[in-house]
Amino acid sequence: MGLLAEMLQHFRDFLARLGALTRFFGQVLLQVPSALLRPRLVVEQVYNTGALSLVIIMTCGLFVGMVLGLQGHDLLQRFGSEDALGVGAALSLLKELGPVVTALLFAGRAGTALASELGLMRATDQLSAMEIMAVDPMRRVVVPRFLGGVIAMPLLTAIFIAVALFGVQLVGVQFLGVDQGSFWSQMRGAVELADVNEGLIKGVTFGIACSLIAVFEGYNAEPTAEGVGRATTRTVVISAVVTLVLDYILTALML
Amino acid sequence: MRQSRAIDISTGLFVLLGMTAIVFLVTQITNREFSLRSDSYRLTAQFENIGGLKAGAPVSMSGVTIGRVESIGYDMGQFKAVVTLRIDASYDKIPNDSDASIYTAGLLGGQYVGITPGNSEDAYRDGDTVEFVQDAIVLEKLISKYLFSQAGKDKEAAPAAQE
Repeated sequence: MGLLAEMLQHFRDFLARLGALTRFFGQVLLQVPSALLRPRLVVEQVYNTGALSLVIIMTCGLFVGMVLGLQGHDLLQRFGSEDALGVGAALSLLKELGPVVTALLFAGRAGTALASELGLMRATDQLSAMEIMAVDPMRRVVVPRFLGGVIAMPLLTAIFIAVALFGVQLVGVQFLGVDQGSFWSQMRGAVELADVNEGLIKGVTFGIACSLIAVFEGYNAEPTAEGVGRATTRTVVISAVVTLVLDYILTALML
Repeated sequence: MRQSRAIDISTGLFVLLGMTAIVFLVTQITNREFSLRSDSYRLTAQFENIGGLKAGAPVSMSGVTIGRVESIGYDMGQFKAVVTLRIDASYDKIPNDSDASIYTAGLLGGQYVGITPGNSEDAYRDGDTVEFVQDAIVLEKLISKYLFSQAGKDKEAAPAAQE
C-alpha cells in the first residue's frame, strides 16, 4: 500500500511538472512577438548557444562521420557495394544521427549553460529584482534565451551533418579508396529534398524542446546552490529522453 | 561597444556557416558538375539503353578510372541515349576502334562505362564518337529471354518424348 501511494505521489508530481511546463511554454510563446522587437537580446543568445557550441559540434561531427565511414565501408564491402557508402552515410546522417547527436550535444553544452545561468539568477534574487523594477524577466531574460536556442539548433544540425559528410568522405574516399564519382553520384541519385527537410524539421523541433526544458528548469530552480546543480542535471537528462522520444514520434510521422 | 561588435561578428559568422551548410546539403542532391582538370577530351557514345547510368559515373579501362561520364542526353533523331565521356588527357592513345560498354559494379553498385581497347593504329581524339557499344544489361530482359528459350525447349522436347 505504501509503495502504491508513493508511486501515485510521483505520478502526480510528474503531471504537475508537465502541466507547469506546458503553461510555461504558453507564456514563452505569448512573449515571442515582443521579444522579437528587441533583436539585440536574441542575437546575443544566438551567440551564446550557437557560436559557442560550434567547436564541439564540428569536432564531434567530424569524428562521427569518420567512424561512419569506417563502419559503413567494412559492412558494405562484404556485399561488394562500397560505392553505396555515400548514400548510406548521407541518409543516416540527415535523418537520424545529425539531429539527434546535435541535440544531445546542444543539451550538454548550451542547455546546461542556460539552466545554470537562469538558476543562479533565481538564487541570487536577480529575477525578483527585475520584477521590482517592473522589468518582466520572462520578456527580458527567458524568451530571448529560448529563441536563441531555437534559431541556433537547425543551423548547428546542418553544420554537423555537413562536417560529418566531410568525415565520411575523408575516410571512405581518401583513406579506403571508394571511388569518388560513385560516392557522390549515388548519393545524389538517392537523397531527396524531403530527406534534407526531415533533418531540418527534426533540428527545429529538438531545438524548441531542449531550449524550453533548459529555460524552464533554470527559471524554476530552487534558489540554493544545490537547487541550481539539480536543475542543470535535470536539464541534460530530460532533454536527452525527450529528444529520443520525439525522434521516434517524428520518424513515425514522416516515414 | 567593442565587445558587442565582436559578438555580432561571431554570430554573423555562425549564421553564415549554418546557411552555407544548409545550401550545401540542399544542392548536393542535384546533379552538380564535376570540375575535372581542364586537360581532358570528350568522346560521345550512343546506346540503346543505358540502364541506371548517371552523370559523374566513372569511365574505366581494365578497372582503372580514366574519366567520368560528363552528361547524358537523348537523341530524338535516332532514338538513342547520347552519353558524353570526359577522358583524362593522359590517356590519349586509346585505339579508335575501342568499344564502350555499360557495366554494374558489384551486386548493388552503381553503373559505369568500361572501355575495351581495339586494334586500330589511330587513337581517339576530342569529339570522336565511339562506334562499337554494348548496352546496359536489363535484368528483366535477360530473365524473359531465358524463360522463352526454356519454353521453346520444352515444346521441342514434348513431341520427342511421345514418339
